[in-house]
Amino acid sequence: MSLNPLVRAGGPGIDDADVLLRRVHVLDPRAGVDAPHDVLVRAGVIAEIGEPGGVTAPAGVEEVPGEGLHLFPGFVDPHVHLRTPGQEYKEDLETGTRSAAAGGYVAVVAMPNTSPVVDSSSLLGSLRDLASRLARIPVGFTAAITLGLEGTHLTEMNELRQAGAVGFTDDGRPVTDAGVLRKAIQYQRLCGGVIALHEEDPSLSAGGAMREGSVSARLGIAGVPWLSESTMVARDAALAGYEDGRLHFQHLSCVASVDALRAAKAQGFKVSGEASPHHLCLTHEAVRDLDTSMKMNPPLGFEEDRQALIEGVRDGTIETIATDHAPHARDEKEMPFEQAPMGTTGLESAFAAVYSELVRPGILPLSTVVDRLIGGAALMDLPTPTVAVGERANLCLVDLEREWTVGADGYESKSGNCCFDGRTFHGRVLMTVADGAVAYRERSFAVHAA
Amino acid sequence: MKHLLSIEDLDRAGIERLCDRAASFAEVADRPIKKVPALRGRTVLNLFYESSTRTRSSFELAAKRLSADVVNFAASGSSVEKGESLRDTVQTLAAHRPHAIVVRTPWAGASKLITQWTDAAIVNAGDGQHEHPTQALLDIYTLRSRLGSLDGLNVWVVGDVRHSRVARSLVLGLQTMGAKVTVAGPPTLVPAEIAVLGCEVRYTLEDLPQADVVYALRMQNERMKQAYVPSIREYAAEYQISSRRLGARQLLMHPGPVNRGVELAGDVVDGPQSLILDQVRAGVLVRMAVLYEVLASGGGPTAPPDGPPDGPERRRRRPHGGGRDPFNNPELHPA
Repeated sequence: MSLNPLVRAGGPGIDDADVLLRRVHVLDPRAGVDAPHDVLVRAGVIAEIGEPGGVTAPAGVEEVPGEGLHLFPGFVDPHVHLRTPGQEYKEDLETGTRSAAAGGYVAVVAMPNTSPVVDSSSLLGSLRDLASRLARIPVGFTAAITLGLEGTHLTEMNELRQAGAVGFTDDGRPVTDAGVLRKAIQYQRLCGGVIALHEEDPSLSAGGAMREGSVSARLGIAGVPWLSESTMVARDAALAGYEDGRLHFQHLSCVASVDALRAAKAQGFKVSGEASPHHLCLTHEAVRDLDTSMKMNPPLGFEEDRQALIEGVRDGTIETIATDHAPHARDEKEMPFEQAPMGTTGLESAFAAVYSELVRPGILPLSTVVDRLIGGAALMDLPTPTVAVGERANLCLVDLEREWTVGADGYESKSGNCCFDGRTFHGRVLMTVADGAVAYRERSFAVHAA
Repeated sequence: MKHLLSIEDLDRAGIERLCDRAASFAEVADRPIKKVPALRGRTVLNLFYESSTRTRSSFELAAKRLSADVVNFAASGSSVEKGESLRDTVQTLAAHRPHAIVVRTPWAGASKLITQWTDAAIVNAGDGQHEHPTQALLDIYTLRSRLGSLDGLNVWVVGDVRHSRVARSLVLGLQTMGAKVTVAGPPTLVPAEIAVLGCEVRYTLEDLPQADVVYALRMQNERMKQAYVPSIREYAAEYQISSRRLGARQLLMHPGPVNRGVELAGDVVDGPQSLILDQVRAGVLVRMAVLYEVLASGGGPTAPPDGPPDGPERRRRRPHGGGRDPFNNPELHPA
């Protein structure tokens, strides 16, 4: 009997909400809802959805005026780095989940490339215990595919699943040995759980600090060729097909990877993919000034890669937008570009970035973007948030017209290495209700006592 | 000019102005006492994270001939080996208020980054494989001294372009001066995208006779270990500049240090077409001109060198005599 893979939030002030969201525009693409409603949450459960202005507020319920605001199912991020254990100076379970709540997320899945690596059930158990006391929103933990992310020996995948591992990943590193990955996929038949892959062929990418191309040639910085990713996606999609396993490809960044994923799906293979807000909104041109916030792995690609990712999100080849939230301390990023660690934070800016760069200019429909921001849940075998009566409330309330500057008021995250820092976007999350509790309330968005 | 970080900081007029100024310093080198007081009281810090003899000593000599005080900081044997970050090292050294910092690091963009952490003028003496602007300037100065103009000049840069900061600055600088540049070398060491610099790309030396100037780059032995070329022997067979390959009217250049028998055959190094020693001599003159420009001609030193103790209100004060032109200075040009 496995444990529930999502650890319920237990931080201070996590109490079931009683709130009436008045005249909010509810957009739940999976439930087919796209209209103004009153939404009543009682004791953390969606109790009533009625005509705008038609629901009476029971005594003791906070009434939130929502005219002009949007209410979405809360987002789920299948790919974040909470840096616990071992690197709590970058992020911890409280600040990471606080950051997620501020971005409209109601659940996140943490990566196991911590120090030590999450590759034993005892460590996983203690992490889950810590999360139950500190987290602001529910958290799922993945375990490593191989011991110490070394790529050679499988972890005790079955025991880890029984101890509550959402799935498995060596994220941050590829599983370069195809034979090892094949055995993990075979073992998946016993233990279940998705295997998520960071795709990179180190024999092609070694030493690279940015995408190989015209900008890297000008800067004299060793580049990572895009095929370092796509050849591995193609190889592993073939493995998934051969073994009938279920694989998820993380942070795709180039045309050929999207093509390989699409082709594998066309053959009926059980594969899925994610794209990050930064790969959807930025290209390697952003690296020209050697701003270390623009250094991430995989690196930012070409404009045609960005377009292919957008197309993949549009046609559903890419099921989810995942941030790969990767906090680093200020002094670690205040380094020459080649020395700085890879990664950008993203939880607080994800919706605003994608909404401002892709929805407002008419490139993607809002409903598609919302769908992909909740799409990570199903891929990780987690319940998909929905705005429906009887469900525990997993909601985010957004003002699409509200302009704000990323980082201008600081971050909820411990780290500020956001590639969108200083950018002014539309779309501000005002309130997040995660698993029935108010997990975040924007500073200017006051409590409206009934 | 506050800093010199990239050759692209300079337009054609800027490069010509620096070359003219370097030429005016040439006479100093021929004096019995090779010193002018132009930068007296200024402190120049050489901050070198990579080993370098010629660039560092030529900056040191340039500063000393202008009467600046010079402090050399080498990363090896320093707190850097104890794990101090670049920022902390720079801020520590900047607390001594150098007027200029000459920086060599193995990291692209590091010299630009340093400008955020100090008021001192920053001169890039090589940042990773990105740029080496004073090398390009001294090469341009050398060619200009020999030929007068670079307009229409056909220059071939041969060798390990991929790993060469010299090549990047040189290609851009030569083109700014009106030259046409071709880069050539083995495909593993000449990335196709290098054409974004505006140069032509070749993988053989078949058309080398078109060149007016052949500029050979240093071939490092470690490139062979990294499997960029199968052997130095094969590299030399295809790309070595020898008296057989070098035409009678072609000039030969090299940034040094030369690997004799690898990128250059010994006979051409010492031959009459070689400008290699002219380049070395030009190095001091051009670096004098660069230091002079960033320090004496309106550049922003941080504080009077012998001023009162540090205080926040003094930090931005102009130095004594800042902005004064030593060429109108009777002290410098005694009648």
